[in-house]
Amino acid sequence: MQSYLKPATEWELQRTLLDASASNTPVEIVGNGTKRGIGREMQTAAQITTASLTGVRLYEPTELVMSARAGTPLARVESDLASRGQMLAFEPIDIAPLVGGERGAASIGSVFATNLSGSRRISAGAARDHILGIKAISGGGQSFHSGGRVMKNVTGYDLSRALCGSWGTLAVLTEVTFKVLPMAQETATLLLFNIDDAIAVEALAQAMGSPYEVSGAVHIQAPLAARLWHQGLAGERQSITALRIENFSTSIAYRTERLKAVLKAYGEVHVLDHDMSISFWDEMRQLSVLQGSSAPLWRISTAPHAGPKVVAGITRFMDCNAFYDWSGGLIWAEVLPTADAGAADIRRVIASVGGHATLIRGQPAVRSAVEVFQPLEPALAEISRNLKSVFDPAGILNPGRMYAAF
Amino acid sequence: MSMIAMPAPDQAIIARRGSIVRDLERLIGAKAVIGDEDGRRAFETDGLTAYRCKPLAVVLPGTTDEVSRVLAYCHQHKIKVVARGAGTSLCGGALPAEDALVIGVSKMNKVLNIDYANRTARVEAGITNLGISAAVAPKGFFYAPDPSSQLACSLGGNIAMNSGGAHCLKYGVTTNNVLGLKMVLIDGRVVDIGGAHLDQPGFDLLGLIIGSEGQFGIVTEATVRILRSAEGARPMLLGFGSSEAAGRAVSAIIAAGIIPVAIEFMDKPAIHVCEAFAKAGYPLDVEALLIIEVEGSEDEISALLGHIVTLVQPFAPSVIRISESPEQTAAIWKGRKSAFGAIGRISEYYCMDGTIPLGRMPEVLTKISQICSSYGLRVANIFHAGDGNLHPLILYEANDPDQVEKAELCGAEILKLCVAVGGCLTGEHGVGVEKRDLMRVQFSQDELVMQMRIKTIFDPHWLLNPAKVFPLDGREAAAAA
Repeated sequence: MQSYLKPATEWELQRTLLDASASNTPVEIVGNGTKRGIGREMQTAAQITTASLTGVRLYEPTELVMSARAGTPLARVESDLASRGQMLAFEPIDIAPLVGGERGAASIGSVFATNLSGSRRISAGAARDHILGIKAISGGGQSFHSGGRVMKNVTGYDLSRALCGSWGTLAVLTEVTFKVLPMAQETATLLLFNIDDAIAVEALAQAMGSPYEVSGAVHIQAPLAARLWHQGLAGERQSITALRIENFSTSIAYRTERLKAVLKAYGEVHVLDHDMSISFWDEMRQLSVLQGSSAPLWRISTAPHAGPKVVAGITRFMDCNAFYDWSGGLIWAEVLPTADAGAADIRRVIASVGGHATLIRGQPAVRSAVEVFQPLEPALAEISRNLKSVFDPAGILNPGRMYAAF
Repeated sequence: MSMIAMPAPDQAIIARRGSIVRDLERLIGAKAVIGDEDGRRAFETDGLTAYRCKPLAVVLPGTTDEVSRVLAYCHQHKIKVVARGAGTSLCGGALPAEDALVIGVSKMNKVLNIDYANRTARVEAGITNLGISAAVAPKGFFYAPDPSSQLACSLGGNIAMNSGGAHCLKYGVTTNNVLGLKMVLIDGRVVDIGGAHLDQPGFDLLGLIIGSEGQFGIVTEATVRILRSAEGARPMLLGFGSSEAAGRAVSAIIAAGIIPVAIEFMDKPAIHVCEAFAKAGYPLDVEALLIIEVEGSEDEISALLGHIVTLVQPFAPSVIRISESPEQTAAIWKGRKSAFGAIGRISEYYCMDGTIPLGRMPEVLTKISQICSSYGLRVANIFHAGDGNLHPLILYEANDPDQVEKAELCGAEILKLCVAVGGCLTGEHGVGVEKRDLMRVQFSQDELVMQMRIKTIFDPHWLLNPAKVFPLDGREAAAAA
């Protein structure tokens, strides 16, 4: 029976971790637990949540910076930012509904701990690019900080970034300080229908290589596009290739026309207006096209132009439905359920093309049987294992969640 | 200056210089090894010229494999290593030690591959920062981080220090623009971290390594993001009667949702020196000057600059001058980018690199002025206002040992002030040797030990740039287990 601990203060959390470390008690670390379904299956004696460590500590809109305690709901962070016309530019996706978690309930700490970034990552950078500073308690129970509240900071090693994407295996974040940016005044979306993957990604690359600051570049294969909540687009029963422009209203018409000219070789270009665009990209953030299925789902990162090659390679081995984000560099691939969810074949394809794959949605038995996160090269695995032992000498934090050995 | 202590060199290693040089020559060829006194002297300092020390020897390898052979040898014989790019570090990051081998990557300066479809370039670490942009400029692309030394500084050095620049407000610093690295570990193993894909598996080792000041390994290649240049860019000059008015103008622009590609602040002393040098048309009768640059099409630029002019009206700018030609634009930037050189013409100066929250700027500038006055020294301030990175330039007389010491003390006081108001010791130059002993102002001993243990993972015997970043005392706790 797992005990459930909800420290109300950083001090209490530190005490708890010191005890756990001293007694070699493995603990599961969560914020609001929305992403518990991701990762290798763990055996832990207790669950510790940062859900009580809430509150925005600092928000200086004119310095583009906010600090929030780790358990602060992402929704609260975003509503505070929106009240001043600002946003998290990396547009964190809501992955929870794909893995049985509660929609819209993620904590801000979890966003950075898992480095979740959405479509705007292609132009604005990932969550890890927006982190400015952290406070945390290590697995050894040591309270520490890194970075600060200013945009530039090279004082000491960059532990803030090292903790981004570590899935709670190195330390428990207690406070995050991050860069925020103004929301654009207006958004437009250019759509192309019914073009195949390779051509679509070429079109996305053309647009990304233009000076018009494209801030979203996705291609959705027809079977997944049919799941869009937008009835009109879903009803097209065709693949959808979409590009986003965001700017001052005075620039939108000009940039839309110029980008249409760039894309005209790829087919008829349709334009979504501001309101339609907002709801379309909100669907991308909520991963609407990946919902409503229990099929194994892989998240594959590769060089953008290699995206279609990866998908074509996988398709040689198994049925696969793909949603490309990041101009082709991020592939969400849904495959048919098998004993290993296609892991061996998918990783073989990736080994020849370059990149890495993570099994996001999979039955617990599958997640116990296969490497959920991409296996690391031996030298990097050794460095990573040593890094884990510096932060968490007793190996108590989310043991085995990322890799069996640490 | 000699206030910062360096560890006593290992005389046994120095005594073996001759045989070490011969071994290195055997490993990578005599042409790539410098063992003679005059040759070594050329590497005795970097951009922090007050500190000098001739290294044990210097090697200038041409390939990753040669770096690997040299590091494996150093590892085997426990010889310390100082990695060097172009030697432009302002914090003594590449300062040699008598018992340390300098490994310079300057010969490894090739562009290996440009991939416009993926918007990446793979380059060797010795390429200059500007060399990357120059290689991709014909197709309308550029590499974003732009330290003032970009003509000379190497990408390898930029990676070691996570360098920034004037245009980082919009485009980020080095760590936001590097996707992959090839790095040689101290035992000679070569690892590839990241690549052309946008994120990496496992822990963010890329983020950890960038900014590690040559203490984790020697980076020999990198895959960097290249970006399509905007259609155009144009700066404007805004002069104000006080630094407070200038600071509030910056706040108003950002609050209106405008992120200019650069917002540079200069105080009166800086304006005068730069104008005398660059003849950029800077107004001389203002207390504070902002250079604000925006990007886009001609129409977009005009609209944005017009919007900015409206936004700053409440702060009573006495000068509003929008660049009207590429020549004016070049002159405006020449003044700013040559600020260090311009000030160097009138005096020796000590360039500080703290960061502060923008809202504290007027108060900090006042206090800096008081601190410098108390030492009888003059100061000029340059500030990347958009990202809080402050460069006070403390003027001193290099031939006067008393002034030299005062400049260092004055600088330390300024950096402590930066930390006290919520900023940090270094925004883009790095800690190096210069700020090593100030690290306790920002970190507890436990925090330093945690960081030092991470170094120990990569470098169990502390052979890589060991005299830097961490105070010399209190290092025992980080020893390899």
